[in-house]
Amino acid sequence: MKPKIAAQSGTFESSDVIFLIEPLPDNSGRKLEISSTVMQQYGESFNRIIVEMLDSWQMTDIHLIAKDKGALEPTIKARLETAIKRSLEQQEGTL
Amino acid sequence: MLYIPGNNPAMIQQGGVYGADSILLDLEDAVALNQKDAARALVRNMIKVVDFYDAEVCVRINHLSTPFGLADLEEIVPLQPSAIRYPKTESPEEVAELLKIIEKIEDRHRLPHNKMTLHAMIETAMGVQNVFNIASKFSRVDAITIGGQDLTADMNIVYTPDGVGIDFARKRIIMAAKASHIDVIDTVFPDVNDEEGLRKETEYAKKIGFTGKAVINPRQIDIIHQVFTPTEEEIRKAYHIVKEFKINTAAGIGVFAIDGKMVDAPVVARAEYILKLANVTVG
Repeated sequence: MKPKIAAQSGTFESSDVIFLIEPLPDNSGRKLEISSTVMQQYGESFNRIIVEMLDSWQMTDIHLIAKDKGALEPTIKARLETAIKRSLEQQEGTL
Repeated sequence: MLYIPGNNPAMIQQGGVYGADSILLDLEDAVALNQKDAARALVRNMIKVVDFYDAEVCVRINHLSTPFGLADLEEIVPLQPSAIRYPKTESPEEVAELLKIIEKIEDRHRLPHNKMTLHAMIETAMGVQNVFNIASKFSRVDAITIGGQDLTADMNIVYTPDGVGIDFARKRIIMAAKASHIDVIDTVFPDVNDEEGLRKETEYAKKIGFTGKAVINPRQIDIIHQVFTPTEEEIRKAYHIVKEFKINTAAGIGVFAIDGKMVDAPVVARAEYILKLANVTVG
């Protein structure tokens, strides 16, 4: 699936993560910009969770920016799910 | 019962460490209208993995008259928290309708109908008027609570620290709970810096019959525990009464005296309640 609109979820607060998603032109694949305050310790698992979720939603032609402030796995999953659903216009939120 | 905003991951993941008897993950008033979807997803994911230790976990959903209530139920009911807290409950018909929806979701997920309970929040004048029928008609309603801020708003009065405007409602709700043999939890004390005020209000709440009190800040938990937990002296006295009661009952004596004071069934019942709170059994 391809994002229909630009969408955002999460916050810059500690223990949270913010995701920004925007659509890319057709056949662009995925462009990921991932940063985390705990990249050295948990960067690998942070990246893995994001890629697995994008795979499970079959997301493509997507530009994703993630800025993590030490979120736990359930928070990362919840925030990314929210951003994806908002970008697919499956649910309303805020940009 | 500690209120935790449903869209705040830091607070949710730490919720279990403060020693509250119960955690309330709030999808209703603590969440901005444009973040309801985010909070719902966060609470769903957190409940699955976060350890809240011994605390009972409840989720306050949005009212079914809002665009969020049904979606909340669809995502939270399958997780079977200890309880769903339903805001602004006004009538038994409303509770029946809510339970019908909950049970349909439970059926779809092959879940039992008797595990997760329902807490009805009484926050309107109409709810206060109908509270006995709300409290007594449904086996799944195991607690009622009063929402002080919303109730004063509904009554067009100002919430004052002496609580005089909601005193009738408090007592009516307590009577309904006592008559239905369920828990009844007092409203929050909004000023987190006024510890003396919190203690005073909690002592009053205990005196008139509340079984617990909601808090909006972990700093308030200790004071509420201090007020509601029986003192060592109360426990000793209660133990003595129940022990003497057992000895006298075995000897065929119904009413007896301890230190010159008559002990009969109501005194024993009160002593047994204190021992239950203190988790003490008389051998």
